Amino acid sequence: MRVGLFITCVADLFEPDVAVATVRVLRAAGHEVVVPSGQTCCGQPAWNSGFADDAAKVARTTLDALAAADVEAIVAPAGSCTTMVRLFWPELFELAGDHVAAERARSLGTLLFELTEFLDRHGMPELAPAAEDVAYHHSCHMLRELRLEDAPERALAAAGCTQVEWSAAQRCCGFGGLFSFKLPETSESMADDKLTTLVDTGCSSLVAADSSCLMHLRGRAEHEGVKVKMRHIAQVLAERVPDQPKAG
Amino acid sequence: MAEFTLAGTTLRQRTAEAADDERLRRSISKAVSRFADGREAMLGVIDDPDGMRRAARRVRHDVLAELPRVLDRFATNAMAAGAHVHWAADGVDANAYVVEVARRIGARTVVKGKSMATEETGMNHALEAAGCHVVETDLGEWIIQLADQTPSHIIAPAVHLDRYQVRDILQPVAGPDHPLGTEPEELAGFARVQLRAEFLRADLGISGCNMAVAETGSLVLVENEGNGRLSTTAPRVHIAVMGLERIVETWDQLDLFINLLARSGTGQHLSTYTNILTGPRRDDEGDGPDEIHIVILDNGRGDILGTEFHEILNCIRCGACLNVCPVYRQTGGHAYGWVYSGPIGAVLTPLLAGEHPEAAELANASTLCGACMDACPVSIPIQDMLLGLRRQKSADAGRVEKAGWSAWSSAWSRPLPYRASMKVMALGRPLGRFAHLAPGLKNWAAGRTPPTPAARSFTERWKAGEV
Repeated sequence: MRVGLFITCVADLFEPDVAVATVRVLRAAGHEVVVPSGQTCCGQPAWNSGFADDAAKVARTTLDALAAADVEAIVAPAGSCTTMVRLFWPELFELAGDHVAAERARSLGTLLFELTEFLDRHGMPELAPAAEDVAYHHSCHMLRELRLEDAPERALAAAGCTQVEWSAAQRCCGFGGLFSFKLPETSESMADDKLTTLVDTGCSSLVAADSSCLMHLRGRAEHEGVKVKMRHIAQVLAERVPDQPKAG
Repeated sequence: MAEFTLAGTTLRQRTAEAADDERLRRSISKAVSRFADGREAMLGVIDDPDGMRRAARRVRHDVLAELPRVLDRFATNAMAAGAHVHWAADGVDANAYVVEVARRIGARTVVKGKSMATEETGMNHALEAAGCHVVETDLGEWIIQLADQTPSHIIAPAVHLDRYQVRDILQPVAGPDHPLGTEPEELAGFARVQLRAEFLRADLGISGCNMAVAETGSLVLVENEGNGRLSTTAPRVHIAVMGLERIVETWDQLDLFINLLARSGTGQHLSTYTNILTGPRRDDEGDGPDEIHIVILDNGRGDILGTEFHEILNCIRCGACLNVCPVYRQTGGHAYGWVYSGPIGAVLTPLLAGEHPEAAELANASTLCGACMDACPVSIPIQDMLLGLRRQKSADAGRVEKAGWSAWSSAWSRPLPYRASMKVMALGRPLGRFAHLAPGLKNWAAGRTPPTPAARSFTERWKAGEV
């Protein structure tokens, strides 16, 4: 299938390797990957801060870019950005008085999938499973808005990973976008709650499907000297794609 | 608004201080975990908990759609049963009515069952100013009354205290000759003896109301300690204060909420006591007050009807959203600064106390993780409301913040400036155009190692054919 990649700004700027891994996994699953040009950000930072018009302005650019792509599906390596597009864009554009964009967002929403959701529907790539214990962080939007609980767990299982029991697996990491800037002490305390319970499991490998949560937890772990290996689920899968095509 | 405790502090100060208190966090996380686990277990034994929640939401919706008529029906039936009904526009009005009743009957000792509505109006202080000796009789409420604190949780007001702290608060009551231990049973036993004397002495009992039933004019009060039953039956006069939304029309409707309330809140099948009060004591009855007064409190609720925040009035005050909230888990309730805490407080405070600028920023006390809505027995879309409140607040934002978002959207809505801004950031110079973000970046970096922007973005690598 011809698949468009919604890179997401966080992956583009801070975690390009996550986007590279996503491309690798999609190709291994037999898809042709294109990257629609002109995409920027989903607008979530402004939306969550209450600035709907500014959010709509940015979202419209990405809507135009993604909607113009000649693809059968679009995949994002982020539950949060997928949520923004699928669930909040229609409301956002309606609020901004742009009914046409809202309609276009609704149809785009049916084309866009979070990575593991897409793989779950259209087939996992052939992987060379490697046994590994991991803790999986269920990111909030993905779990409670998209209701994607099983898809990432099935992807981990296909990769040969065994999930450890973790009491805080479904609890927010404390990032919350601008929340982590506005109430930094509480945000850090929430991250500590994740990290200390994680350390208690005895597992030192953390996997999640949202780069923003990982960025936050990594930043806190480094600051506090907590040694945890953190990877995006796309990277865990890409590591297990046999005969990795050489970059370029 | 009789009392407002937020003035002069910021949400950040309050939450930072709370999150730094390890003892507090331990007490809170232990309690909310127990409540939340209990809730899951209790809902697990129901055939179709989601169906029940949908039905409950529908009932709340139907009742609120006709609230004036349902309230009228309730008032008519309550008066027919012999109750006095007072419509209070605000807290000052409610307090004045209650103080007047206390004066008329010459009340000296007032016992109170747990009531968040009277916390909202600051009723205790109004009664004390009128010369009454006011005693909270819910154990948690009594403890915080003695400590001169406010409730830190909707249903468990002293949840922020451990038993050692509780002992220290009760010890002065016992006096130096009666040293208290720290076993919860001993402390509760001591409270029981003290409070029993107050019940027998009291002239006036004041309670809240979990739900009123319009078709018979009845009040329903759920509780676990029996103090609600004593407060409403032992004194000669009983006053119930109910928020005007705390109502259903029929007993069939009530059944749903009785089923959901204790399960969602404390993880019980049913609370230990379910009190149903319809009018004062009849001639052939042994117990009950000679007079019942029902104060129906608006205090800003009427203004919420018909707005985008309408559904917040569906809340049945079970506390489930507090118990699953990752923010509340770190801060407890006092950091929210007013009567209601947790996710429900983050919505209610700006709506009910909106004239105070400090109240508006409560909408920021959430990561929008959605755990609250999942736990809510009436599925209130709390995170949508928090977003709505943030939109309202953004209209009043300062020039710098508005200009900042405007600069951001102008750059990030065009691919070239978007990539250029990334390049600037990748060079390790996150300022310039985004200088307004600097204080925020500093906040972030104080406790977290900031991420390093990639030397080359994915877009660049893709365009260079490297992927």
